Amino acid sequence: MATELLMPALSPTMEEGTLAKWLVKEGDEVKSGDIIAEIETDKATMEFEAVDEGIVGKILIAEGSEGVKVNTPIAIIGEEGEDMSAASASAPVAADALAAEEAAKVPAAAAAPVEFAPSDKSPDWPEGTEMKSMTVREALNEAMVEEMTRDEDVFLMGEEVGEYQGAYKISQGLLDKFGEKRVIDTPITEHGFAGIATGAAFGGLRPIVEFMTFNFAMQAIDQIINSAAKTLYMSGGQMGAPMVFRGPNGAAARVGAQHSQCYAAWYAQIPGLKVVMPYTAADAKGLMKTAIRDDNPVIFLENEIMYGKSFDVPVMDDFTIPFGKARVAVEGTDVTIVSFGIGMTYALEAAEKLAADGISAEVIDLRTLRPIDYATVLESVQKTNRCVTVEEGFPVGSIGNHISATIMQEAFDYLDAPVINCAGKDVPMPYAANLERHALITTDEVVAAVKQVTYR
Amino acid sequence: MAAKKTSKKSNVSADELLAYYRDMLLIRRFEEKAGQLYGMGLIGGFCHLYIGQEAVVVGLEAATKEGDKRITSYRDHGHMLACGMDPNGVMAELTGREGGYSKGKGGSMHMFSKEKHFYGGHGIVGAQVPLGAGLAFSDKYKGNDNVTFAYFGDGAANQGQIYETFNMAALWDLPVIFVIENNQYAMGTSQQRSTSTPDLYTRGEAFGIPGEIVDGMNVLAVKEASEKAVAHCRAGKGPYVLEVKTYRYRGHSMSDPAKYRTREEVQKMRDERDPIEQVRDMLLTGKHATEDDLKAIDKDIKAVVNASADFAKESPEPDLSELWTDIYADA
Repeated sequence: MATELLMPALSPTMEEGTLAKWLVKEGDEVKSGDIIAEIETDKATMEFEAVDEGIVGKILIAEGSEGVKVNTPIAIIGEEGEDMSAASASAPVAADALAAEEAAKVPAAAAAPVEFAPSDKSPDWPEGTEMKSMTVREALNEAMVEEMTRDEDVFLMGEEVGEYQGAYKISQGLLDKFGEKRVIDTPITEHGFAGIATGAAFGGLRPIVEFMTFNFAMQAIDQIINSAAKTLYMSGGQMGAPMVFRGPNGAAARVGAQHSQCYAAWYAQIPGLKVVMPYTAADAKGLMKTAIRDDNPVIFLENEIMYGKSFDVPVMDDFTIPFGKARVAVEGTDVTIVSFGIGMTYALEAAEKLAADGISAEVIDLRTLRPIDYATVLESVQKTNRCVTVEEGFPVGSIGNHISATIMQEAFDYLDAPVINCAGKDVPMPYAANLERHALITTDEVVAAVKQVTYR
Repeated sequence: MAAKKTSKKSNVSADELLAYYRDMLLIRRFEEKAGQLYGMGLIGGFCHLYIGQEAVVVGLEAATKEGDKRITSYRDHGHMLACGMDPNGVMAELTGREGGYSKGKGGSMHMFSKEKHFYGGHGIVGAQVPLGAGLAFSDKYKGNDNVTFAYFGDGAANQGQIYETFNMAALWDLPVIFVIENNQYAMGTSQQRSTSTPDLYTRGEAFGIPGEIVDGMNVLAVKEASEKAVAHCRAGKGPYVLEVKTYRYRGHSMSDPAKYRTREEVQKMRDERDPIEQVRDMLLTGKHATEDDLKAIDKDIKAVVNASADFAKESPEPDLSELWTDIYADA
């Protein structure tokens, strides 16, 4: 019987890929374990092996095809003599079905829809600047290349940053450009290399430390906090640590409890650190350049799921974004949704759905969590009189809690409803797909929270 | 003491010997004064005295040149004085005053001097070791021949991050000397009770780092070992381990009653092995100095130490506005 070969998922976050090359042709016999194709994921080019024996009946996706969704049939394998031309191309695309199911749950609009228009104004570049589309991954890479070109004292250190080209390809090409003196592969020893990098910063260099994920930075957190963050103060201003600790933070996809945690609130608590968590590629680039130039230790929280997302980035010779300046992503009048990092995905989706229901939400992307741009949040809340915060991290002692407390202290009389914090659930991250989806925040939860504070 | 190395014949001049005597005595008297001020309530919190260990830093510093760096733990007053930091600034930091090296914001455990290349003063046991390797990394990166001394104790020698650092320091040939000041007690736990093998100088072997044991009560032996280690590092041959066997006469900190060892043990060490007395004997028997010469030095030092205590008492507490400065470099 003919079986369909499906486009495989070759990384936890892969949604689609490029079918780079077929190594077999129609009519070829294949055995289990034969390499039949090369597939480019968001991270690397992978070899795709046959699992079953048979004859390659039909190749459904030509080599060179980009954007092939996971689970799309790419070829048909059958037995000798079997007619495979009639095999159906029906693909069980689970994700689509799920999306349709969720869409069906959204109730019909109760009020006249309002306009949903993400703001195209940015305070960070002049109007009319040429823009180009770029992934967050490319933006981070470009920022590091530019800053390493600009300043000889900047170097990159971490696991697999050099020869492997980065576990998530953020440092791709850097070793070739800058050599092994400045792109340094470390052993798997976070505590040690975080300390060595901090010492190098005391000694006058400007290290960028890549953690393969921030989960592993827990091994190094003593050096980050007790050494990097506090020395300037303890030395009466004599010496500090101008450096960047960066890497993916928060939940990726299906990687379980030890690899899925957001550290935004942890680091945002520490005086002496600056904490950045960008959402767009433009912010990733502009803020990374600022982070590398900053004379303080900066925690730069990236997200694996965001790496492959594309955004418009201004084409400028030297594009930086200052810390402590939030971005109003959508202007609105009825409620303020405050978020940052990947939380913005839910915030923006919710705002769009709410617009259809006649609720005008203003969406603020904090971008930096230390310093926090309180003024932009307070100004918005004074206009909308309601606020919902959105983040993927744990709910206790969250950034949202802190924003709520600040609003209560500074704008209590403007509030028409209690502030609601939408956060990840108070549980270690489960592995099962359905449980994981519920452990994180959902757009529906944000929509419900907004309806609650707007009494709809 | 299992010290295997003593320097019977050393090529030091009388002037050098006198300088070591002076430097060690300064540390001893300074620490005694600090203990006194602590008793008077002028110094607060933790205060870890270096009395008994003076030959270690003085001997090691004898082989340094301008540009070399040093970093240590919280038992740091001796290191600061030995590298030439001003006793007034150190003492005023102990009393938490404006005139202290960190403007009173660091305290006994956290002092720094960019000018003297002293990088602290660290309160987390062992954390200064990767930092020290990082300082050495910065010098190698810049292409100079400076060397970093990363000091830690026998207690810290059991911290995992030290071995992470040994591995990278050896892998990258970092010019760092790992100085294990083995004073035989990790707070109240003797080395026999905390350490599976007695010889800490062999701890670098697994990483290919040469190690040597040194009599830390003999300043000349320490100096000689330091010269050897420094030459190794300056020549670009990578890191070096020195286990310097020493002894602290006082408790771990001011609040330690030291019940884990006998009074006799301490007294025996003081009577037979005292590093300052050893040099004093050498000076007198070698006729490099007279009793009167040494008395004059004692008097000078007493004056320096008293002046530092006066300065530390008179210097005002930091202005309250200092609470909010030095948190960020650009603030």
